[in-house]
Amino acid sequence: MARLGNPSSLHAFGREVRKDLEGARESIAVAVDCHPSEIIFTASGTEADNTAVKGFYWKGQGVGRNVVVVSAIEHHAILDSAQWLKVHEGAEVIEIGVDRHGVVLLGELEDLISRRADEIAVISIMSSNNETGVIQPIEKVVELARPASIPVHSDAVQSFGKIPLSFNSLGLTAMSLSAHKMGGPIGVGALVLRKGLDVPALLHGGGQERDIRSGTFNAPAILAFAAAVSDSSLDFSDRNTRIQSLRDKLEDGILECVPDSYVNGSEVERLPGIVNITIPGTESDTLQLLLDNEGIACSTGSACSAGVQRPSHVLLAMGHTDVTARSSIRFSLGATTTESDVHEAPRVLTSVVARARMANLR
Amino acid sequence: MKLIAAMSGGVDSAVAAARAHEAGHDVIGVHLALSSNPQKYRSGARGCCTIEDSHDARRAADVIGIPFYIWDMAEEFHEGVVENFIAEYAAGRTPNPCLRCNEKIKFAAVLDRARAMGFDGVVTGHYAITREGSMGKTLHRAIDDSKDQSYVLSVLTIEQIAGAMFPLGDTTKVDVRKEAKARGLYVANKPDSHDICFVPSGDNAGWLHQRLGSKVGPIVDQDGVQVGEHKGAYTYTIGQRKGLGLSVPTIDGSPRFVLKVEPITNTVVVGPREDLAVTRMVGEKTVWCGPSVGPDRNRGFVQVRAHGQPLPCTYYYDNDLLIAELDEPLLGLATGQQMAIYDEDRVVGSATISETEQ
Repeated sequence: MARLGNPSSLHAFGREVRKDLEGARESIAVAVDCHPSEIIFTASGTEADNTAVKGFYWKGQGVGRNVVVVSAIEHHAILDSAQWLKVHEGAEVIEIGVDRHGVVLLGELEDLISRRADEIAVISIMSSNNETGVIQPIEKVVELARPASIPVHSDAVQSFGKIPLSFNSLGLTAMSLSAHKMGGPIGVGALVLRKGLDVPALLHGGGQERDIRSGTFNAPAILAFAAAVSDSSLDFSDRNTRIQSLRDKLEDGILECVPDSYVNGSEVERLPGIVNITIPGTESDTLQLLLDNEGIACSTGSACSAGVQRPSHVLLAMGHTDVTARSSIRFSLGATTTESDVHEAPRVLTSVVARARMANLR
Repeated sequence: MKLIAAMSGGVDSAVAAARAHEAGHDVIGVHLALSSNPQKYRSGARGCCTIEDSHDARRAADVIGIPFYIWDMAEEFHEGVVENFIAEYAAGRTPNPCLRCNEKIKFAAVLDRARAMGFDGVVTGHYAITREGSMGKTLHRAIDDSKDQSYVLSVLTIEQIAGAMFPLGDTTKVDVRKEAKARGLYVANKPDSHDICFVPSGDNAGWLHQRLGSKVGPIVDQDGVQVGEHKGAYTYTIGQRKGLGLSVPTIDGSPRFVLKVEPITNTVVVGPREDLAVTRMVGEKTVWCGPSVGPDRNRGFVQVRAHGQPLPCTYYYDNDLLIAELDEPLLGLATGQQMAIYDEDRVVGSATISETEQ
């Protein structure tokens, strides 16, 4: 990035960057099967989620729709936006539950739509869950919403770059993306928003992105985003087959070494690279410390602002108790994961679990 | 050794962790979340319980180059320290919560968890020294008298001392701050914490009022004559002179002091200064920091406050009670305070004062 022009400027430096930036927009549009003008660059997936949920609510509010429908397992960027609308803007927030496998309950959604279709401003349901990897039935959600003309937004941050994603075939109204989840840089994302549809803006100013998002383009990050998209859209199936086979080996190894453990979401369709596992009698933060000490990275539910571990709202929605939710960790597998990693991890986990159980008994 | 460094977010624990790491130990930093509802920022000289403190601890661990975790000890802290603090005041005694925190959290809950996880011990930034000798590993005063914290550690058993490491005992606070600066630790100039960490404003009486409620009762002199009224006996401390609001002055105009707090009758007894004098104290729930003591008389020192003077005394242990007889009378001593016995600079053990005699 030797060029430093502002892509919004009309002089030669600006034009040159503008050309690359629009090229990037086109590549990303190809990757997610939408029109380039439907891509609104943001600074994060979180910003895209906020823009969608709040924007559709404000738009709907004007025509008497003040219900925001989300699933109970959404990312906090969605859940907290909805809660904010409830507290500050008078929204009614309805959470749709999930079954024990972590799949959103379509019956619940159908029932709600049949009763209150005219009141719903937006339905936001994620494409796949970031903690369990469980893929959600988005086409069916869209099918249910279409007759009532309810906008459907989907947070596709986790799915993007992992499974094929077609904005057009899904029939969505809007979709959130983030670059870093698929190998791009941090600090850039996008809201894909159907052509001809406008929502009130969160950020006001120069109106760079369809007047829905203002702020100077982060051209270097956007170009890197497009480069990562071109890389990752190659050979989905080959890569997924490899990662899925490694994941199955890892899960089998863990279940053999820790026989009373169980994989969350194992009976339904999920992303290939996530293993969410419950190990009874342990606490996730203890497991995390001990595994990290052995050179193995895992994640736990989420932490509050002081850094204290909280039980995962996703697992709680799936019917876990506080205790079993706190006994759960997840491993992520990707392009750099090797056979020896998945062979070694269960062995290490065996001794770690023994110590974690001792620590939990104190 | 594999060690857990308890990191409060202050300068002392940061330097202690850095020293242990530099000495070649395998150190993991842990910040204890002690409040289920932490304050966002520090206000005044409070310590331990804010989000800002946990950030400071994490930043220090990153600079030192050690892994860092947050352990949720809010429940243990509430049960073992906060509730104990309230109950002790309600019973008319004067507790020291920092001492209970060391006894029940830092060197119990944390040390037990660390050991179960395969760690050898806990490193803290306390100013105290441990020495290996013929008596095993013993606990001693720090070289910096003004910062010495051996008193609040006098509740540790031999087992707990065996799992404790205090890298700062041989250094003055001034030098610890200099070292922190040299190590690039941002907390080098962070103010010391003084107040009780879970009492936000430092207003103990007000905080206790909220929890124990107002209960009006008499303030009487030694003859039982009412000389005033109070709104809760538990907010008074033996030896207190200020804030009594007495309506009946003494004949000669001499000041009166709180001599006794009687929770059952909700009565505060006041009297002249000389009646505060204590020459003998009896303690229960004795903890030995080294070899135990028997009924034979020993010469040594007793200390009754975190930064109190060591008082020359004769001490012995009889019938499950630790007894100290002072050479010189001490003015104002409350039950519930810890009496720590020293043999020169070595902590012999301690007990909770249950009875004092003139």
